[in-house]
Amino acid sequence: MKDGGQADAVELRGVVKRYGAVTALKETSFAIRDNEFFTLLGPSGCGKTTLLRMIAGFEEASAGEIRLYGEDIAALPPNLRPVNTVFQQYALFPHMNVAENVAFGMRMKKVPKPEIERRVAEALALVKLEDFAARRPSQLSGGQQQRVALARALAPGPKVLLLDEPLSALDLKLRQAMRVELKEMQRKSGIAFVFVTHDQEEALTMSDRIAVMSAGEVRQIGDAQKIYEEPADRFVADFIGETNLLEVEVARTGPEGAAIRLAGAEFIAAPRADVKAGEKTVASIRPERITLVAPAGGLTGVLERLVYLGTDWAATIRLDDGRQITARAQNAHGQKLPVGPGERATILIDEGAPRLLPR
Amino acid sequence: MAGGGAGGGGRTQSAAFAPVRLWLLLPSWAVIAIFMGLPLLIMLVYSFLTKEFRGGVIWEFSLAAYDRFVFDRGLFGDDPPVLNTTYLTIFARSLIQALVATALCLLIGFPAAFYIATRPPEQRTLWLLLITVPYWVNLLIRTVSMKFLIRENGPLNEFLMGIGLISEPLPLVNTDIAVQLGLFYSYLPFMVLPIYAAVERYDFSLSEAAADLYADRWTILREVTLPAVRPGVIAGCILVFIPSLGAFLAPDLLGGARTFMIGSLIEEQFKGAAGDWPFGAAAATILMTIVLIALLLHARAEARREV
Amino acid sequence: MARRNDVRRYPGFLGITLFCLVVLYAPLVVVAVYSFNASPSITLWGGFSFRWYEEVFFGLEAEKFKRAAWNSVTIALMAGGAATVIATAAALGMVRAGRFRGKGASFALLSLPIMAPEIVTAVATLIFFSLIGLTLGYGSILLAHIVFCIPFAYLPIAARLEGIEGAFDEAAQDLYATRWEAFRFILLPLLAPGIVSGFLLAFIISLDDFIITNFVKGAGVETLPTAIFGAVKQGIKPDIMALSTLMLGISIVLVTISYFVGKAGSTRR
Repeated sequence: MKDGGQADAVELRGVVKRYGAVTALKETSFAIRDNEFFTLLGPSGCGKTTLLRMIAGFEEASAGEIRLYGEDIAALPPNLRPVNTVFQQYALFPHMNVAENVAFGMRMKKVPKPEIERRVAEALALVKLEDFAARRPSQLSGGQQQRVALARALAPGPKVLLLDEPLSALDLKLRQAMRVELKEMQRKSGIAFVFVTHDQEEALTMSDRIAVMSAGEVRQIGDAQKIYEEPADRFVADFIGETNLLEVEVARTGPEGAAIRLAGAEFIAAPRADVKAGEKTVASIRPERITLVAPAGGLTGVLERLVYLGTDWAATIRLDDGRQITARAQNAHGQKLPVGPGERATILIDEGAPRLLPR
Repeated sequence: MAGGGAGGGGRTQSAAFAPVRLWLLLPSWAVIAIFMGLPLLIMLVYSFLTKEFRGGVIWEFSLAAYDRFVFDRGLFGDDPPVLNTTYLTIFARSLIQALVATALCLLIGFPAAFYIATRPPEQRTLWLLLITVPYWVNLLIRTVSMKFLIRENGPLNEFLMGIGLISEPLPLVNTDIAVQLGLFYSYLPFMVLPIYAAVERYDFSLSEAAADLYADRWTILREVTLPAVRPGVIAGCILVFIPSLGAFLAPDLLGGARTFMIGSLIEEQFKGAAGDWPFGAAAATILMTIVLIALLLHARAEARREV
Repeated sequence: MARRNDVRRYPGFLGITLFCLVVLYAPLVVVAVYSFNASPSITLWGGFSFRWYEEVFFGLEAEKFKRAAWNSVTIALMAGGAATVIATAAALGMVRAGRFRGKGASFALLSLPIMAPEIVTAVATLIFFSLIGLTLGYGSILLAHIVFCIPFAYLPIAARLEGIEGAFDEAAQDLYATRWEAFRFILLPLLAPGIVSGFLLAFIISLDDFIITNFVKGAGVETLPTAIFGAVKQGIKPDIMALSTLMLGISIVLVTISYFVGKAGSTRR
């Protein structure tokens, strides 16, 4: 079904969505590549579902172009767009059995009957539900319903598959297993998956690239490592994983990084071109890049709280200037932290770990 | 859901038919507006016209129909006015009967609805079916059956005398009590169903919370449950009050001349010998006005609740 | 859980519920029993007999009742059918067409025939028909019945429609169905139980109506309720009880059908 060529799977050019006076999606332009697992990640109300629904055709863009392999589809109704959706609550037709559900799209496309049967069988084999063809959706477990929804959306051979928080209705274990399967299915099918979620762990484990969204805006696009290690702004740093956001002063700048001053001590931050010495800015420091040692000058504080988390210890430290930071120490080799609760400690930060963010 | 400023609520509400909305709604609007709305307005107009003695009206403005409720001006309407309480009494009796029927249905219907709504789900449908079946039975037949049951030498009196509760048959038929019994019997399901629906949705952990905070069960019912299911109770009261006020069959079949209600008074103007159309239209207009006032009060109370 | 501590239990509520059932059923049961009374006296039990049923079907007044029954059933079928079609369209326009100005007013208009007391509707309709010069008879009854059946058909259909996820429409369109196909293959089958319930309710309401019919029927045309009313005015005779019992049976059959249709619809979800 692919057009070949170099065209992107989905390309948004200046897409805007307004509901009356409310702007649900500010002007947005980016491309989703061919054969890519692309995730729209953000808190509820950030516009990610709106964006997905515009690609599907359920919402009309207020402005801009939506291109599918180079072709502008903005004016097409959903039934003429070669994309399929896996709905949040699956929306399996309750009056049809599994096979009829999976066949529905092809039936509407007037695919010849024998071919429909063949492709239904294929799709059900893909999701390992061959034996459930005659069941009603209500007779299936949540996980099975989810697979039927996937089979139904994949069977007509869409150019792009859209998934609207498809795992949110499953329990934790199933959700974790489905992540692996979904990624696997995307690789096998060879088409782009556009996946909407508010769950960062889901996004990080499956995606080739992630678009982090907030308040109707795409804040950053990149692979999992990039958005975790090099967050573009405060929102992304805070939303993805845990972090300490601290006001710091830039002491010096240089090609190997910037020296920053934090409560009198100096640390080396990751390089950033647009900061000048003497400037005040915000740094993001991940807790696992912070180490506590017995008091020895430098940045010091009191260990206020120590929480055992199994794989980690989480430590809350009150710095001498009154600010709080958290640190994580791995619970490896049965070692204990060199400082106990209520004791003073010196705080070490890995070189290059602090990221300077635009204010 | 990350629907932006759109839908909001939990489930997607489709607007698939928005482009043809007008065509879908037009038939019902047209039919009801032309054959129900317009006739109501014409009825209002008729109440201000002059009566034609053989039925129908003369197109001449007159307040005679409304005047007749309060004053007697003789057969030809030219005697000096004498205060006449006959019709006022009929209206008052109808109001009282409808209010008593509503109160009675509430008193009996609430515990029944509450009981049914607290059964296990599979039993609930059966109970509900038992309560609704009589509603599906022809009202005329139900009223006739009631008359058969309570008449002077009917099964009820025989039964009561048989168990020695009374020695003489109770002369029930043709009394206000018989009419009341008929109204109660006719409209009880209307009270039970909305209250049932409200209690079924009620979150009983609220009752448990109140019990935990030292309330006894009747206090819980009064202070916690009742306020929560109030919309259902009010809906039930309206559904009983409106048809009771305009009831025709129960007063006509179970009552007599001394239990006359608005419904019979109106019917007499159009079907009977009395034949005063403007007067009948005026009585119907007043009845409709009372109903509209009740509905408006309800709507305003609901609107205030939601703020 | 200890019963006395259960906040769902109140002493006496079961008794009141049973009392409700006794009040609701006693008259019906008594009439049904006496319809099998061999004695022509309505007070004395003279043994079991079908004679009053024979009377209904073959007696002196059988022709009158058969004509009335025919009128009742045909009017109920047509009025129920027409009201169901109109109400289905209206429900789609109210529930599946987004928000619009005047939705509240539209709902008020749709429920007007339920909200007005029957006697008021009867008067208004009679005055209207006489003003426009419509001859009273079968046609005028049918027309009046269509109007007051609309809200009764509307309520179950709209309730059902509200329970059907909007996502089904979208899923169908996403899977290449046109608007019509989405309606035909998805929404209509899911809505069908609501439509059947709506029709049955409208059918029974039409069959049940006495007051409005009595006003707009004109001379000579009778439906079952008006015929029975006329007969009852002369006193309750045993054949009327047999007829009533027959109608009672029909009503119960229809309720049962409607109940199972609703149940079948709900287990499919």
